[in-house]
Parts: sequence; C-alpha cells; structure tokens
Amino acid sequence: MAQNPEDPNSILGQLSRNKGAAALIAAVVGVVLLLFAWTGGWFGGRLGPGKIADALQVHDGLHEGFRRAHSKGYCFTGHFDGNGQGTRLSVANVFAQGQSSVIGRFSTGGGMPDSPDGRLVFRAIALSITAPNGEVWRTAMDSTAVFPVATPTAFMAFLQATSPGADGKPDPAKVGPYMAAHPETVAFINYLKEQPLASSFVNTRYYSINAFRFVGGDGQTRFVRWSLDPTATPEWMDKDNLAKMPRDFLFDDLVKRAATGPLTWDMSIQLAAPGDKTDDATVQWPEDRESVKVGRLTIDHLITEDEGPCRDINFDPLALPTGIKGSDDPLLAARSAVYSSSFRRRAAEGPHPSFAKEPHHD
Amino acid sequence: MTERFWLPARILHWLMAVLVISMLFIGAGMVSTVSRTHEWLFAIHKPLGFTIFVLVIIRLIVRLVHKPPPLPADMPAWMRHAATLSHWLLYALMFFLPLLGWSTLSAAGYPIQLAPHVHLPPIAPHNLALYTFLRDAHGFGAYLLFFTYLAHLGAALFHHLVRKDGVLASMLFGKGA
Repeated sequence: MAQNPEDPNSILGQLSRNKGAAALIAAVVGVVLLLFAWTGGWFGGRLGPGKIADALQVHDGLHEGFRRAHSKGYCFTGHFDGNGQGTRLSVANVFAQGQSSVIGRFSTGGGMPDSPDGRLVFRAIALSITAPNGEVWRTAMDSTAVFPVATPTAFMAFLQATSPGADGKPDPAKVGPYMAAHPETVAFINYLKEQPLASSFVNTRYYSINAFRFVGGDGQTRFVRWSLDPTATPEWMDKDNLAKMPRDFLFDDLVKRAATGPLTWDMSIQLAAPGDKTDDATVQWPEDRESVKVGRLTIDHLITEDEGPCRDINFDPLALPTGIKGSDDPLLAARSAVYSSSFRRRAAEGPHPSFAKEPHHD
Repeated sequence: MTERFWLPARILHWLMAVLVISMLFIGAGMVSTVSRTHEWLFAIHKPLGFTIFVLVIIRLIVRLVHKPPPLPADMPAWMRHAATLSHWLLYALMFFLPLLGWSTLSAAGYPIQLAPHVHLPPIAPHNLALYTFLRDAHGFGAYLLFFTYLAHLGAALFHHLVRKDGVLASMLFGKGA
C-alpha cells in the first residue's frame, strides 16, 4: 500500500525518513496556499462585492431574479447620433458623426421591484451603446448629479445604518450617528429637498454621477462627467403628492408619451477644471465649467423587461470603449464589482416577471 | 546527467508557470474586493487569459511533436499514473479555462475589450442560464487548477528533496544536476 507509513517505499515512509525535507515541502505548499487564501479574501475582513450585495438585500429585502438595486424597470431601444464635436475630447467611435445602436433601461431607485413609483424621488436611465466599430459603452446614470456617499465603505455604513429594524423603519439610534459622521449624506438629502422633481422619466435630466477620463486623439487625457439633457418641456411635480400617485404612474406615463413619438435627450460632456474633485461623487462641479454637446439619444421603442432586451444586461459602468476610461473615483470599481455580484445572483435565480407592465394589460 | 525536456518545452513551462500562477491570484483577488484593485486586476485578467490560451496551444504542439524524457524507472506504477494524469489535467485546464472565461463573458452579454482598439467577438449566445453554468465552471476549474498546481509543486519538491531522482532538474536550465 503506497500510503502506508510502515512501507519504507511509500511517500509517507520516505517523508518520515526525511523530516527536514518533509517540513520544507509542507512549508512551501502551505505558504502558497495561505497567500492564495488571503488574496481570495478568505480571511482578513476585506470589503467584497458580496457583502454589499448582502447589505442591499437586507436593506430592501431579497427579491429573487431582480437587480439588487434599481429593481423596477422598463426596457427601450433606440440610437445615439454623434455630432462629431466629441471627437476632439475622446477617440471613442461613438462620438464620430454617425449612428450607434442603443439598448437601455429606465428604472426607479431602490431594490424593491414592486414598489410604488413615488416611494423614492430618484430615477435612473442605463444605456448600452454599440458604436459602428462594434465597441460597447455602458453607462448607468441617475437623476441626481451627486451620490449620497463617496466611498464603498461609506456606502456599506449607509446601508447598515438605514436598513429597517423590527418595526420596518430605520433605527434612529443608528441613523443619527451615521449622519453625524457623514455630512456628505446630509448634504445629499438637502440637495434632494431643494431640487425640483421632474414629472416624468421623459423630462428628467440624467447624470453620470462619477467622473471618467476621456482620451483624445491628441493623446491628452481629460476628466469629464456627462449628462443627458431632455428635449421635452420641463414640468415639475409636487413632492408632497408622491404618496398619493398610482403605483406605476411613472412607467404608465413613459409608455403613453413614447406612443406619441420618439423621446430625445442631448448628451453633454462637462470638462473638469484644474482643482475640481474627480474622486468624489458627492461633490458637483460648478455649472459654468466648459460643456460640449456631443450627440443626441433617441428612444424609438419601449418594451417591458419580460419581453425586452435590457433585463439580461449588466450596465457595468466600467464597460467602456477605447477612448473612455474610469477615473480615480473609488465608487466606480465598487459599482462594477457589486453590479457583477448582483448580476451573477439574479442570473442563478432565474428571471421573475417584472412589475412594470404595459398599462393596458394591468 | 539527467535527460532534460526540450528547450522550447522548458521555456514554455517556466514562462507559463509565472503567467498561470499570476492569473490564479489575479482571478481570486479581483472577485474579492470592491476597491480599485478590482478594476485593474480585471483589466489584466482578460488579455492575460488570452495570452495564456495562445501559449498553451503552442505548448500542446511542442508536447505532441517532442516526447518528454521518461520518468525514473524506479517510480512506482501508481506514481507514474498520478504524474501522467495530473500533467494532462494541467494542460486541459490551461486550455479550457480561458475558453470558459471568454464564453462566460459572451453568455453574460458583456463586451470583451482586451485592450484599446482590440475586442473579441462573443463565442456563446447571450443567455443567463448558460452564463450561470459557465461562470460556475470557470470558478470551479480555476480552483481545481490551483489545487492541481499545489500538488504539482509538492511533487516536484518531493522528487528533488526526497527521491533525488533528477525529475525537477530535467525542467531546469544551466549546467549540473
């Protein structure tokens, strides 16, 4: 028997006669294993994407088959027409004069796929733009210009502090100390209060939130943020009425407006000036920074998530084409990692019927 | 003087040893963190995986056209079988893991941008059930490769330090042994 230590020719027999060699082999193999375990985060308490996905599930409940954030959504298809002005700033093919195809998704905030549209005051649009050269640009944009936190650690603390307790409400004993330690979140809440709320997905302005880098044809790298500026007439709604609105009022309105013709937004690139913070999504850049209109987004068709092409897309903000790069904003890598974790979980759970339906089918 | 592996086989062995072990650590590290490390590790993971895929094809050709030196005659039969089996398992994993990674990204519907101006076409349909299977297989295969590598490392040291049979030396360079 080869493994019998009594047998002098077995491995164990030979090792027991060469204790120094045996110890050296065990040490080398053990050190490699230990290094691998540490790298993989098996110990050391590193903040991994699964922990944030878990915290999102605690915050808004586990809804199998849905995104862990922005769970309620609606798909669309359309196109982006570059006007050529962006080529000065980025070599990305999407900015050349010409048409790129777009698959996208509107969503309300939060991780509850069945929540009333008036529950939270922020909304989002996500785009997957395929340029004529085949390169893809994905961007997940919010109706707020800023984010409540600047780092993944702060986001984790935010989720833990604001998760509902036994009575279904956040615990003031946790929220208070969190807000005291995070003035940027308090500033965000004040920003939400001050900002007027657009009446529809269609007349909302959407922001890239994080800074990115554009690489121009001259080789120069510039820090930028982008936004989608609605061409629809601005109309505002009374935030005090939100609770009284029908459950799907935003999505119903969206489908109705889309039936009357294409929906359009202009894309603007805002350039950072020296000294502007590029690693902090809680800080807006001044409105008077140079801004370049680079093209127009047109939405032609709206389709439910059950039937549409957007449900199975992960709108990873770091899925970027040649000419666009991430910045030093620590939220970007975290968004990418957590979106992947959420994507893997919901893929394994399988799709579940969307709550945002075509209105006449209700 | 031990009979050595053909020089191209030795060069490929050590080059790929560095790349594959780096790749295993990059893979384990990039899914463990939300820090900016995630971003640059993933940016290395894709082109490095493609490089390993190209190298392993060359290596398999080298392996097939040039017979490796025989194992020592006094090695027990089971040890020979274990050696042969683990070597082919290593080849198979080095070949299939990059393909699994590529198909995982394809089935997830991700763009596969390797470097500026270089992107790969999808090699599997965009399908999340398929993605789940491929992603699990990619992760399982990577762990299997890591533990097979650990056994390979332990066996090489065992040959060198305990059996002193010249098996490790047959993969080395320089004079002596």
